[in-house]
Amino acid sequence: MSKEPVAVVGIGQTKHVAARRDVSIAGLVREAARRALDDAGLSWADVDAVVIGKAPDFFEGVMMPELYLADALGAVGKPMLRVHTAGSVGGSTALVAANLVAARVHGTVLTLAFEKQSESNAMWGLSLPIPFQQPLLAGAGGFFAPHIRAYMRRSGAPETIGALVAYKDRRNALKNPYAHLHEHDITLEKVMASPMLWDPVRYSETCPSSDGACAMILTDRTGAARAPRPPAWMLGGAMRSEPTLFAGKDFVSPRAGRDCAADVYRQAGITDPRREIDGAEIYVPFSWYEPMWLENLGFADEGEGWKLTEAGVTELDGDLPVNMSGGVLSTNPIGASGMIRFAEAALQVRGQAGEHQVEGARRVLGHAYGGGSQFFSMWLVGDRPPDS
Amino acid sequence: MTSAPPHREIAVVAFAQTGHRRTSDELSEVEMLMPVLHEVLDRTGLKTADIDFTCSGSSDYLAGRAFSFTLALDGVGAWPPISESHVEMDGAWALYEAWTKLLTGDADTALVYSYGKSSPGPVRDVLTRQLDPYYVAPLWPDSVALAALQAQALIDAGDTDEPALAAVAARNRESAAANPHAQLRGAVPQGDYLVRPLRTGDCPPIGDGAAAVILAAGDRARELCARPAWIRGIDHRTEAHGLGVRDLTDSPSTRLAAERAGAFERPVDTAELHAPFTTQEIVLRKALRLGDDVTVNPSGGALAANPIMAAGLIRVGEAAARIHRGDSDRALAHATSGPCLQQNLVAVLEGEAR
Repeated sequence: MSKEPVAVVGIGQTKHVAARRDVSIAGLVREAARRALDDAGLSWADVDAVVIGKAPDFFEGVMMPELYLADALGAVGKPMLRVHTAGSVGGSTALVAANLVAARVHGTVLTLAFEKQSESNAMWGLSLPIPFQQPLLAGAGGFFAPHIRAYMRRSGAPETIGALVAYKDRRNALKNPYAHLHEHDITLEKVMASPMLWDPVRYSETCPSSDGACAMILTDRTGAARAPRPPAWMLGGAMRSEPTLFAGKDFVSPRAGRDCAADVYRQAGITDPRREIDGAEIYVPFSWYEPMWLENLGFADEGEGWKLTEAGVTELDGDLPVNMSGGVLSTNPIGASGMIRFAEAALQVRGQAGEHQVEGARRVLGHAYGGGSQFFSMWLVGDRPPDS
Repeated sequence: MTSAPPHREIAVVAFAQTGHRRTSDELSEVEMLMPVLHEVLDRTGLKTADIDFTCSGSSDYLAGRAFSFTLALDGVGAWPPISESHVEMDGAWALYEAWTKLLTGDADTALVYSYGKSSPGPVRDVLTRQLDPYYVAPLWPDSVALAALQAQALIDAGDTDEPALAAVAARNRESAAANPHAQLRGAVPQGDYLVRPLRTGDCPPIGDGAAAVILAAGDRARELCARPAWIRGIDHRTEAHGLGVRDLTDSPSTRLAAERAGAFERPVDTAELHAPFTTQEIVLRKALRLGDDVTVNPSGGALAANPIMAAGLIRVGEAAARIHRGDSDRALAHATSGPCLQQNLVAVLEGEAR
């Protein structure tokens, strides 16, 4: 049997900021959805189903918010699914929505992910103690710093690599009007002089807490033919999960990430990702994860990822630009961050990325991960339909 | 609009559930779930590594901690890594996601599970956190009070009365006598008013439980099960959240989902309805046009056991199990979510002619 090709014909984001006090959660998501519909030249009535994602409900203090958001997202009378796969959720949500189209269950699907972190405190949302388990009171940085140190030791990467990534991503963010952090006076020296939070992760090498939403309109061949702007076509998509903690786990390069990328490349017919892929939006919440994921995703051999970063390959004008939008390091509405990666990849192949557009981008990877580096979701989008 | 009808045959081939209980203090959610996972796999002879796709449903708010589902995944045994997803919804919606995955042809088998412990906290209060966080949730209207509004609307409309509700309760709980997994079995008194006009007998028990099913496509389903329960259609629809804009005596989302699932094309012999309150069975029977010749909730339904996040998946599992056993040829399964039946899923299951 054959799958229906899936096209991205509409993308909408909010301007991501520390606190959107002017809108409710419903107002925030509606803003992104409305922009995606406008981009696709569609109205609410054209949407057959809604698939919504966000990270833990405790972040806003609303249990199963899809119930409350049904009206705001025009879902009344329609199917509505709520996906939750930790930090990878934005990507997984898009893939669940894509499956509805691929399976020919629905023709046009609105998918959306959000986080309104200012409604509560994410640190506390992650720190509800349960018996016999260590609460994550140090935040995510405390969890990931030891794995970064393991990477540095294993690869022999110089200590400056993390700062180079942060400096690049924050400069890229200046070209993205939706990015949260717009640090016009950023310099490499400032990044390196910022306070140490979780050795070796400095303040300027970590992601902010953002309010924001991202929406996409996914549709079938017929819908794509009617789209006013060029669609992005899904060439491959996959999810992989592995356990949080076990003796054989490689936190530096988890096998679930490698398997997930391999599945996506197989679907898309990619045999040499470094040459055949024109850019990547990779989930990098702490700067050192750029070189780590470059290896995990097959763009560099083991221990070599940092060399791409150091050589400027991942710069906006480099040979494999990474996080052209400024990435998670510049914008982090947690539940939406994965979908923003997926959407930014689609913007690139549609030629709609504005100032941070990579010239001639034809195939771009969107990547998300979550939990203790245990959940992965990815898609590869292109400027042409699959098998053409 | 649908571009083309889904054309891959997919069936429920195995079902397992816990014995549902008022409390399970001595067990973590994972410990509660593990025997169910083993049982459902044993029924088909499959191992975790043989499953192409896994999907679960649960709620952090019941667990009282963020990312609670990650621990359950460890219990599944996700090594080597598996293709897996999770909905923060009842497991019936996890089943829907798995069904779409199988339809794409990317997977031939799927494991779907869900679980919930309602016992650790005041579940009526916990569920108020589902409501509009700015205007309604701060008032803490609890789930039974909201169901009572719906009940009163039905009585006022002349759709039912208290003796009829008592009969619904009695029938469900007597049916549960034959269900070893039910929390309340056999005749149970209708009890005192909890929130007028609802008495304790009109309301579900508070309980803990888990369930799991295995789906398979085409010939794989025939290999794994003597009489697969083929999913002929499945659809779900939501309604507005604000109770003030809904007609609480009707369930248009259930009717629409049933229509899209093909429920009205031919009569069903069995219906497993996720109706935690007696009044909701009245609403659903009308929306689904179920006559007296249909066996409704032979398991005892949610009035006999209502482990939140699993109760909907259990309806699909119970309906499928009747087909597996040959007790039904065409069954309807229904799941609900949200206050006063806001969101509803309908699946139509069939066994091959004997």
